Amino acid sequence: MTETVFYVFAGMAVLSAVLCILQRNPVAAVLWLVSTMLALAGIYVLLGARFIGAIQVLVYAGAVMVLFLFVIMLLNLGHARPDIRGWPTWVVGAALLAVLVANLLVLRRYSPERVALEYSRSVEFADPRLVFPEARPSLAAADTNVVHGVAAPMFQTWLVPFEITSVLLLAAIVGAVVLAKRRI
Amino acid sequence: MLLGPSLALSAILFSLGVAGVLLRRNVIVLFMCIELMLNAVNLSFIALAQVHGVGGQVFVFFVMTVAAAEAAVGLAIILAIFRHAETVDLQNINLLRG
Repeated sequence: MTETVFYVFAGMAVLSAVLCILQRNPVAAVLWLVSTMLALAGIYVLLGARFIGAIQVLVYAGAVMVLFLFVIMLLNLGHARPDIRGWPTWVVGAALLAVLVANLLVLRRYSPERVALEYSRSVEFADPRLVFPEARPSLAAADTNVVHGVAAPMFQTWLVPFEITSVLLLAAIVGAVVLAKRRI
Repeated sequence: MLLGPSLALSAILFSLGVAGVLLRRNVIVLFMCIELMLNAVNLSFIALAQVHGVGGQVFVFFVMTVAAAEAAVGLAIILAIFRHAETVDLQNINLLRG
């Protein structure tokens, strides 16, 4: 059952992504990208990351995509001319993509057992639960207590990066205002 | 668990994002393809968080923050360029060409 739902969402994500990059109208492209992100949110929930799934819908499908729609509206790009490049780019792009896909699909063979084996360099410790001991309890916590499971490590282990992120956001706000304003 | 299929989906989505960057000339669509690539990376983080602990999910949170900041600044840059050049087509944006 879980697998069926996963493949439905995966097909939806890939199909929407293809339509997004082939769509001439930018507004339609944004809407197809929203569809990709909603499918990805479903996949996150299936993979046990419920809080991140909710954040994906709120922040990505909600806020970021609305920002894109606003800019398209502001620039009045509703009826854009076709902007897909000619066949030489397609040939080069297809060759590059074939290499890239082959390269990335090797990742599919990733298994924690094998990594644990290489990590420990010993046959006895090939159980990933022994090599990565902290994984299981924190994940169980994330599954029963959705927000707490993510918030506890964020405000304990990763507190300093979290604070640095706020500085980054402040810089982004100031930068966006300075860039978009006609006259300061 | 679905670790392998998730990583494969992540690879396909990332490649589609690269394809969009290569094939399109509209700056805004290019930007959306970058968002697509970031999402593909997020998916692989979530998939690996199943095995290696909840830290992957925390990292996705940071990636989302950086993506939001990047979208805000990038779209502001696009607005500034559009005001200057009256176009979002990359072929006509060649200010830095000598």
